[in-house]
Amino acid sequence: MNPRIAKAVINGLLIGGTVVALFPLLWMLSVSFMRPGEASGLPPPLLPAHAGWQNYEELFTRAGMGRYLVNSLAISTGITALSLACNLMAGYAFAKLRFHGRERLFQGLLGMLVIPAQVAMLPLFLMLKYMGLVNSYAAVIVPAMATAFGIFLVRQYARSIPDELMEAARIDGAGELRIFTQIVLPLLKPIMVTLAIYTFLTAWNDFMWPLIALTGQEHYTLPIGLASLAREHAQDSELMMAGSVVTVIPVLALFLAMQRYYIEGLLLGSVKG
Amino acid sequence: MNPQRAAWWFLTPALLVLAVFFLLPVIAALGLSLTDYDLYALADIRHLRFVALGNYWDLLHQSAFWSALGHTFYFVLAGVPLSIMVSLGSALLLNSPLARCKPFFRTALFAPVVTTVAAVALVWRYIFNTKYGMANYVLGAVGIHPVDWLGDPHWAMPTIILFAVWKNFGYNMIIFLAGLQAIPGDLYEAAHIDGASPLQQFRHITLPMLAPTLLMVSILTVSGYFQLFAEPYVMTEGGPLQSTTSVLYLMYNEGFKWWNFGTASAVAFLLFVIMFAVTALMLRVARRGAAA
Repeated sequence: MNPRIAKAVINGLLIGGTVVALFPLLWMLSVSFMRPGEASGLPPPLLPAHAGWQNYEELFTRAGMGRYLVNSLAISTGITALSLACNLMAGYAFAKLRFHGRERLFQGLLGMLVIPAQVAMLPLFLMLKYMGLVNSYAAVIVPAMATAFGIFLVRQYARSIPDELMEAARIDGAGELRIFTQIVLPLLKPIMVTLAIYTFLTAWNDFMWPLIALTGQEHYTLPIGLASLAREHAQDSELMMAGSVVTVIPVLALFLAMQRYYIEGLLLGSVKG
Repeated sequence: MNPQRAAWWFLTPALLVLAVFFLLPVIAALGLSLTDYDLYALADIRHLRFVALGNYWDLLHQSAFWSALGHTFYFVLAGVPLSIMVSLGSALLLNSPLARCKPFFRTALFAPVVTTVAAVALVWRYIFNTKYGMANYVLGAVGIHPVDWLGDPHWAMPTIILFAVWKNFGYNMIIFLAGLQAIPGDLYEAAHIDGASPLQQFRHITLPMLAPTLLMVSILTVSGYFQLFAEPYVMTEGGPLQSTTSVLYLMYNEGFKWWNFGTASAVAFLLFVIMFAVTALMLRVARRGAAA
């Protein structure tokens, strides 16, 4: 094929794909600024005739979106901070500290990756109910405080730390905790950033478990609050699009700012097969 | 403190969380699936009865379970190949030396992956609205009659599949792109000198070199797609006429709508077993293919 035609075809297809990928997101943004009812016209309007913030005002003053936003931020931040701490410590131990039964335990951990999380959900709900934790932030945060996948990711990365570093510190009389915080953690920084972004996005976007565990509106996260709003306001497209924007923009912005780390983590995690 | 003891201190928080909040519930789910745990037992545990495999037996004789399983397989069998083809196609485009502005295209194509399912599902619900949606408007412009995308039992699942492909293809695209970049360029050069066409190069170099990536991506995508839930929950509520009720949706309804925890646990375990069997089968077929 003529290279100029080939070039045109390839770039044309990429542009087409990009339009398909981005159009729903851009249109969501545009419709969110339309007046109530405007989006139900024919032909479907691409841009608002009189752009305004009224849908966002409605969401935050009457639909409780501010509360959902705070809940989402609190839960996602809590999960990220706590799971980062647990997974880093465990991943480091599996990679660098010798102890009895290490390989076996790690194999067991990998085996857990095969079990879909939903299998645990019913007894977990009952357990949290008996503990009085259903419908609290803790119901979503606590079970996510450690993940087999996160431990695996840290372990893979920590294996590259040379043993001599730790040995030298031990000879100098440093305790294990000090070795971890002052020598190991700084070296794990790249994987920390990757894991933090990945965990935050996953927690933010999570749907099924928060839907089950958060039974009261006052604890809903954004996806759950939005889904419940959508059942009441099925026809208010403009309002729903504004709610979608509020839900999607924080994670999209985080991704755009940190995409290098995110994509690196995705590739690191995908070699587990 | 010696390193051995330190190791256990470092491991304890994570292992405790995983044991108490994952492993224990999984084992409990197996136990629960052998009982008739329901609303009465929830109120008073003395109402609990052991029913052995009764729940499984009932499920296997229930049309609701088989149709949920059928919808899930429909989603997996149509959605996974379609997703993987779109991912591979876009990775090939991005990997082409003729493509321009690669970082921009890569980011744009990946963007749907990081969005929230529940939010973008609403956007799709609007685009595929029968009366004033963009999809029907565009089809109308070329003379095609409006389709009741999410209201017609024949169209609801295909619409959800399209949505899932749009939402997910970027993830595998990145993995394929890394796989493509790892293929040595001199292989293509040698093939080019021998007069191999681009299509032949794709069949005899790209595909075989990409086979391990392809297998891993397929297995991960299949497991992910078996867990269909949020999409139908937001877009169709499992309807119309239950046509988008997946196995997990059935589990959710049995468990958290009707409080039949025994039955719901049996549903969860059946899904687990099916997923396990399917991925094991895929690995086996792949090994046989590699050996041949």
